[in-house]
Order: sequence, then C-alpha cells, then structure tokens
Amino acid sequence: MEFHAPEELLAASRRTYAEGYRRIDAFAPYPVEGLAEAIGFHHTRLPLIVLAGGILGCVGGFALQYWSSSIYYPLNVGGRPLNSWPSFIPITFEMTVLVAALAAVLGMLALNGLPMPYHPLFNVDRFALASRDRFYLVIEATDPLFDREKTRRFVEGLAPHGVYEVDH
Amino acid sequence: MPEKPPESKFAPSPPPVPVLEPGHTFASVGDKISSIVLTGRTPTGWFVGFAIVSLLALMLFYALAVLFTTGIGIWGNNIPVAWAFDIINFVWWIGIGHAGTLISAILLLLRQQWRTSINRFAEAMTLFAVACAGLYPLIHVGRPWVAYWLLPYPNTMSLLPQFRSPLMWDVFAVSTYATVSLMFWFVGLIPDLATLRDRAASKVGRIIYGFLAMGWRGSARHWHRYEVCYLLLAGLATPLVVSVHTVVSFDFAVSLLPGWNATIFPPYFVAGAIYSGFAMVMTLAIPIRKFYGLEDFITTRHLDNMAKVMLATGLIVAYGYMMETFMAWYSGSPAEWFMIMNRMTGPYAPFYWLLIACNVVIPQLLWLGKVRANVLLLWVISLVVNVGMWLERFIIIVVSLHRDYLPSSWGMYRPTIYDWATYIGSIGLFLTLLFLFIRFLPLISIFEMRALVKETEKRGG
Repeated sequence: MEFHAPEELLAASRRTYAEGYRRIDAFAPYPVEGLAEAIGFHHTRLPLIVLAGGILGCVGGFALQYWSSSIYYPLNVGGRPLNSWPSFIPITFEMTVLVAALAAVLGMLALNGLPMPYHPLFNVDRFALASRDRFYLVIEATDPLFDREKTRRFVEGLAPHGVYEVDH
Repeated sequence: MPEKPPESKFAPSPPPVPVLEPGHTFASVGDKISSIVLTGRTPTGWFVGFAIVSLLALMLFYALAVLFTTGIGIWGNNIPVAWAFDIINFVWWIGIGHAGTLISAILLLLRQQWRTSINRFAEAMTLFAVACAGLYPLIHVGRPWVAYWLLPYPNTMSLLPQFRSPLMWDVFAVSTYATVSLMFWFVGLIPDLATLRDRAASKVGRIIYGFLAMGWRGSARHWHRYEVCYLLLAGLATPLVVSVHTVVSFDFAVSLLPGWNATIFPPYFVAGAIYSGFAMVMTLAIPIRKFYGLEDFITTRHLDNMAKVMLATGLIVAYGYMMETFMAWYSGSPAEWFMIMNRMTGPYAPFYWLLIACNVVIPQLLWLGKVRANVLLLWVISLVVNVGMWLERFIIIVVSLHRDYLPSSWGMYRPTIYDWATYIGSIGLFLTLLFLFIRFLPLISIFEMRALVKETEKRGG
C-alpha cells in the first residue's frame, strides 16, 4: 500500500494493527515518530547489547593493562606500585567507548538483518520511492489473518494511493 | 485588577532566520542534495580545484617518499627541539577533527536542530582531519614500518607497550576516535546511500551505492533500532570527543617542561580544539554553500550560530593564555616565568603576538551581529583563527622546547622545505578527500532534512 503523507501511513498502520494483523511492516523515507509503536514494535535489545559491549571493553581494557604490567612483565621502577591504576584509566575509558560503539553499530545491523542485498519488496518498482517521498505499509502473506480476498477488501478500505502485490 | 500575562513582559522577538528555507518538500530536499552527486555534469570548478589540491597531496607523497628513504634528518627538528612540525600538525589536525563529532553528537543530544545541515559534512571533515593527524605520529616515530609495535598484540619478541605512557594513551584515544567517527559517519550515511541507490541512473552507481546501503529499506523496525543506535553512539561520542584532546594535552601536561607542565592544559586544549574545528567548518562551508547553491540548507542562521560557538570557545582559549601567564608569575618559579618572558620577548616573540592577534583580538569582532551576518568577513575570521590555532601549537611546542632549564642546551628551530612540504601536502590530502566526498556522497544528511521539512511544515513556516 502506498501513501503520500506520514500521517496517512501512521493512521493506516494503527488500523491494520488494531484489525489483528501482526506480520506487518511500514516503510518511510525518514524516521516517523510513533510508527514503530503503531505496528507493535516497542522495545529493542540494542541498549542492552551496548551496555554489555561497554562492560566488556572496560573490564578487558583494564585487565590487559593490569596483566601486562603486574603479571606478565612486572617492572619495578623505583619501588612504584605495579598496579598503577590511575595511569590505566585513560586506556580503560577509550576501550569502553570503542567496544560499546562497535556493539551499537554491529548490533543495530545484526538486529536489522543487514546487510541484506535482496528483499522481495525490491521487486515492486515503485518501492524505490520509499527512500524519496512515499510511505508504504506491507502485510505479509504469512500473517495468520491473511486471506487474499478479505485482506484486499480491508486494505482498500484504508484508502491508499496504490496497492501492490509483492512477488517472492 | 487582572495581572498582565507574563508573556507580555518580553517584546516579541523577530522570527529568527529558519534553519531550512520554507517551500521544500520531502522530494525536493532529497533531489536537490543527491543531484550534486548523481546528475551528469561535474562543474568545471570541481575539476580545477581537484587538480590543485591533488597536486598538493602528491607533494605530500613525495615528501614522505624522501622521508622514508632518507630518515627524519630531512626535517628541522633536532635536540633540543625534538618535537616540531610533526607534532604541531598532529595537534592542529586532531583539534580540527573535533568539530564534526561535537556538531553531530553533542548538538544532537542538546536537540539543536540547526546542526542537521552541517553535521554530515562536518563529520566527513573530522574523518579526513583525523586521517591527516594520524599520519604525523606514524611518520614521526622514525621507523614507520614498525609502528604497529605500538599496539598490544602477542608477538615473538614478548613485547608489550608501556601503558603508563601518555603517548600510549594517545594511540588508543586517537584510534578509538577515528573508529567511532567513521562508524558515526557511516551509520548516518546508510539511509542516504539507499536514496542514492534508488535514484542512481547508471548501473555502476546502483551497484556501488546499493552495496554500501546494505539493503536498507526504511522499515519502521529498522528506523527504530537505527535511532536508538544513533542516539547511543552520540552519547558515547560525547565523552570521547572531550577525552581525545584531553589525552593529547596529557602528552604535554604530564611532562616536566616549563610551558607544558600545567593543569589547565586539558580544558584549554579541548576548547581550542572546538575553536579550530568550528573555524575549519566555517572555512569550508562558506565556499561550498556558495558554489553548490545550498544557501537554503546552510542558512545565515547556521553561520551565526557557529560564529557564536567560536566566540565562546575563543574566550575560553583566551582565559587559558591568561592563566598560563598568571600561574607562571604566581607560582614564583623562575623557570616558568622565564618561559613566559621568552615567549613574549624571545626570538619567537613575533609569533606569540601574532597568535594573540589571531586568536584573541580579531575574533572579538564576532560580538557584533553585523560581522556575523557578513559572510565574507566570517570566512576571513575563520581563516585567521585557523592560523592562530596553528601558531598556538607552534608556541607551545617549539618555544617551550627551545629554551628549557639548562641554558647550555638551548637551540633554535627552523623548519626545512620538507617540513613545509609535508604540512602543506597534508592540507592537500585533506582537501582532496573532501573534494571526493562532495562529488560522490551526499554532503547534507537527506533523511534528517526530510524530518526538518516536517517540522518546518508544522510551524507553518
């Protein structure tokens, strides 16, 4: 289904979700506020992944420095402590940020299933406009409520600017 | 008697210049920005400019070739001035590299909408500046082919780096900064690459942009995760950007040399970095918006705001200079006081006074609204600040080193032709990368501009 304005897509998504369809997805050329919620997607695990990455980087970074200066190659410089932790802080901090940022980006891509060079939606020529100024709503045929005739009637009731069947 | 409503106490201020000129639609912003990349003819001016800057980049490669085959004796630095152009340029470039992430991350978190049209391009500038910065320590080590020894990795020599050294901190800070900036920039590009993929007329364009866009479809679920990711990256990059120049300043502050060993260094370096970064964004943005007719997107409001940031950070830098001088006197340390006197009246004194003129005196013009509205004048001031910030690093590094505690080891430093060739060549490399970026990637974030279109509509603007 094609729409011309974000508000139309938002309203149609809400109605489709209320109708009971769950395997649906909405597409927009920019992040539309509330759209993910409208299709029933509320939480992402991404922040947890980033937190885990940050902790890993922090502990790993400090452990590397502690291990190399206190265990692997202890070097006594004028009786100063081997575990001179204040001077390990900058690198620990940098490693925390580095691993957390890597986790954020790679986690986002992995959860989104990217890179994915082929997707059935790309078979619809007009879908190229999803990255320009058109808004799309997709109901997957695998949805338990999906029925070719019923769904078509429902979809036409949403008054879209165009309805396309996706080959796959 | 009814009280006056509180609003009326304030005279209605004239509506500010918008961050996006009205009349744009979702399609028009995307088409306008992507047409720079996609539509057939590249302007002749681009080729002329590219020819000049790539020649300069070639000069850098020549200077590096001579360096690698001969050794760092071709440079002017020698004991006592063992750090000179290489480290000056490193600090200068890394400072310039701070504006991009600052604009992208900190202004995103502060919900400053005016950042949208300059962030992409500032991020690219950051990347290229960090690339130029990273070059210098590598060639400075003398044997760049074993520079990877700086990284902790299991090896047959049982060698691990000294993690207590600020120079090691630098390795981690700069490489983390480069990686995170690259990711931040690339994540921001993904939706725009998808736009380019869908709009590209040529097959090659579709394949390359399609490959880079990784199959981005604009799904609501993807957008949701994307926004979370972008926000988290911004949150991570914010302390990072502050930490990087702090660590760079530790290279100096942790030593014992008068003129280096000062606790004011970290904040003063960070402010200086933002100062020079904004100056460089301005230096580049003004000609680009003119050349590509992007005045609708990069409005005078942007230039005005950037000028204000420059003014504020410039004042912090001025405070830094003042405190350095004050502490040298207040500490009662003869070596410190001599260092300040040597700066102001010694053999390099003209550079010090030029620095004060460039960084402290001339930028005060930015207090005047008329100056901030004058695009040409702003451009000149931004160039002056760039020069000033380079001089600052020259003063800190060379002038502190050339006369330390022991008069018998004093000396003078003069850059050689290779110092200059490497420095100017690295500006060439920076601009070459920037020219390629402008030609092949969207220099303004298209999808964020679309969101801005929506906002502009809502306000009835």
